[in-house]
Amino acid sequence: MPREVVDIPCQVDYLSILDEDGQVIDADLEPDIPDGRLLQLHRTMLLARRFDERMLQLQRQGRIGTFAPVRGQEAAQLGIVAALRDSDWMVPSFREQAASLWRGQSLESFLLVYGGFYQGNELPGNELPEGTRNLPVAVPVGTQPLHAVGLSYAIKYRGQDDVVVTFFGDGATSEGDFHEAMNFAGVFQTPTIFVCQNNQWAISVPRSRQTNSETLAQKALAYGFPGRQVDGNDILAVYVAAEEAAERARSGDGPTMIECVTYRLSMHTTADDPSRYREEEEVEEWRRREPLPRFQAYLKQRDLLSDSDIEETEEEIQGEIQDAIDRAEERMEKLANEELSMFDHMYAEMPPYLREQRDELARELAGQEGNDA
Amino acid sequence: MREITYREALREALREEMERDETVFLMGEDIADPFGSAYKVTLGLSPQFGTERVRQTPISEQGFVGAGVGAAVTGMRPVVEIMYIDFATMAMDQIANQAAKLRYMSGGQAKVPLVIRTQGGPGRSSAAQHAQSLEAWFAHIPGLLVAMPSTPYDAKGLLKTAIRLDDPVVFIEQKLLYNTEGPVPEEEYTLPFGEADVKREGSDCTVVATSMTVLKALKAADILEREGISVEVVDPRTLFPLDIETITASVCKTSRVVVTHEAVERCGFGAEIVAQIAQTAFGYIDAPIQRVCAPSVPPPFAQHMEAFTMIDEHKIADRVRRLVTGEL
Repeated sequence: MPREVVDIPCQVDYLSILDEDGQVIDADLEPDIPDGRLLQLHRTMLLARRFDERMLQLQRQGRIGTFAPVRGQEAAQLGIVAALRDSDWMVPSFREQAASLWRGQSLESFLLVYGGFYQGNELPGNELPEGTRNLPVAVPVGTQPLHAVGLSYAIKYRGQDDVVVTFFGDGATSEGDFHEAMNFAGVFQTPTIFVCQNNQWAISVPRSRQTNSETLAQKALAYGFPGRQVDGNDILAVYVAAEEAAERARSGDGPTMIECVTYRLSMHTTADDPSRYREEEEVEEWRRREPLPRFQAYLKQRDLLSDSDIEETEEEIQGEIQDAIDRAEERMEKLANEELSMFDHMYAEMPPYLREQRDELARELAGQEGNDA
Repeated sequence: MREITYREALREALREEMERDETVFLMGEDIADPFGSAYKVTLGLSPQFGTERVRQTPISEQGFVGAGVGAAVTGMRPVVEIMYIDFATMAMDQIANQAAKLRYMSGGQAKVPLVIRTQGGPGRSSAAQHAQSLEAWFAHIPGLLVAMPSTPYDAKGLLKTAIRLDDPVVFIEQKLLYNTEGPVPEEEYTLPFGEADVKREGSDCTVVATSMTVLKALKAADILEREGISVEVVDPRTLFPLDIETITASVCKTSRVVVTHEAVERCGFGAEIVAQIAQTAFGYIDAPIQRVCAPSVPPPFAQHMEAFTMIDEHKIADRVRRLVTGEL
């Protein structure tokens, strides 16, 4: 036969459990998450939302630096990490505040880091390789899936059954390192879960200009492992996809890619103004599908949550955020006077050359103090 | 003492560290047997340790360096091999932005005990994209350590240390050095980073040389000795940390200095050495500081032209002679 069709596995399924009003579409798909855990997830989602809003205010007031708001993507993150164990690893890009909060990073830690102080990562809970097992943010787009692959290779090498989740965006799938990571994971069947938060925009470039592929999930098929799409604003669907992927990884069946179809309701970072490149009607349409009210409607329908519960939680959260800001700002005031700390954590032992430069700065600072006096 | 090749010394270092510590594992292209890597350093290791530990990867420099960073954060000690230093360009984000910065950006939480072995330099007609000397790029990045051994003894001792250090190391070998022989003790030893080695003592002029040019400088010293000129050859061995004390002590003694390397002169690591000498030993120098380096062209493919760009003993001897006789 001179020409024939090669039969390759080519299927991407799309999973959705809650409709836009938070009603369960198919009860058979509804995951069995204990009530307490559902409420914990709701609280974290609300906390991530309010903290995001507050961080934006702080940034506008010049009290912290640039950051990437998470608004609209909370379900795509929380549904994933809710399916993880504490000993699993999370390798974020730079917008995973909701996921990191769930995994134990403190509000104060975020505020310090975005206030410009990496000392935020020294706070209890962030210890590596123990502690939260979250890697710090990776700012160059698409670099971190490779770390996830290396982490999971090490886990496999040691015969452990932990899994590694890495988050990235639709834009990252155009980067070479994303493809190297996917290929590596496929070849070595590492316990890696690649989570693409397809939020439709890579700064000002829409998803349609990022790739000519119908879905992003299908890229996994080329590397020999499953890729699936989920409604990324439906926390239950995200959770089910993550649980299945984690199960696959733990039992030695290798990696999975999950494309969470979601939307970046806010700006790329605080240095961006999306009104310059996208229509308000589009944003409005996605606002109707956003994750928080849908999850709340689901919980109310199950009689797990009432309006007064929400109100109460809102109040608690505001207090919690304010306390964290007070603590962080007090700490930042002190840290601002610890200029020499910029030389910390460069090497396991400080080389003489760096010590000289540190001493030079110390002399300069002492001189300034002298002049001020 | 027995003599072994630079290649065998490196292989022994890898083997001993893998036997000593099971978190040490290798990744790179074509590193498993029967091929045993492009320059055969890892030949024989995959039969002994298995292909899980001598992990041959898809062609993806960014991929295995990045995976090495991730594995290192969990406490593994990966040694990755970039076949040619020219290909480090494809892994530069992982080297410069990730490996070098994770400890810093994590507030000291993440350690990256990663060794990136690679080799550079001309001499085999490998042409513009397989024969560069790019050590200055890595020495420029805060967070990295850079080693560049010239002898089998140094290669083994420094590689063993590199594997045990808790920071990322760029370990730069040279393709013509692999077959060179030298004494290497059979018993265990390691060499510290940041300690230069005076390869030959002399009194008229200091030659600071790295990697292949150390061998050329020693030959130049032989030639000049017959002419009554006494040359001291100093090999920094690691570019960062750099042992500037040993270098300046030598310059203070001889009052003249020639710095040589195979990389192009412009913005080469020699410029850093020269600047530090000028800052710390200016008053002791009796003649203009000299550099003997490659011209600013890519390594030529044609052998006779490549030879013209390479540093040999005659180029070094000529410069030292003119310096000592006051011609410069």
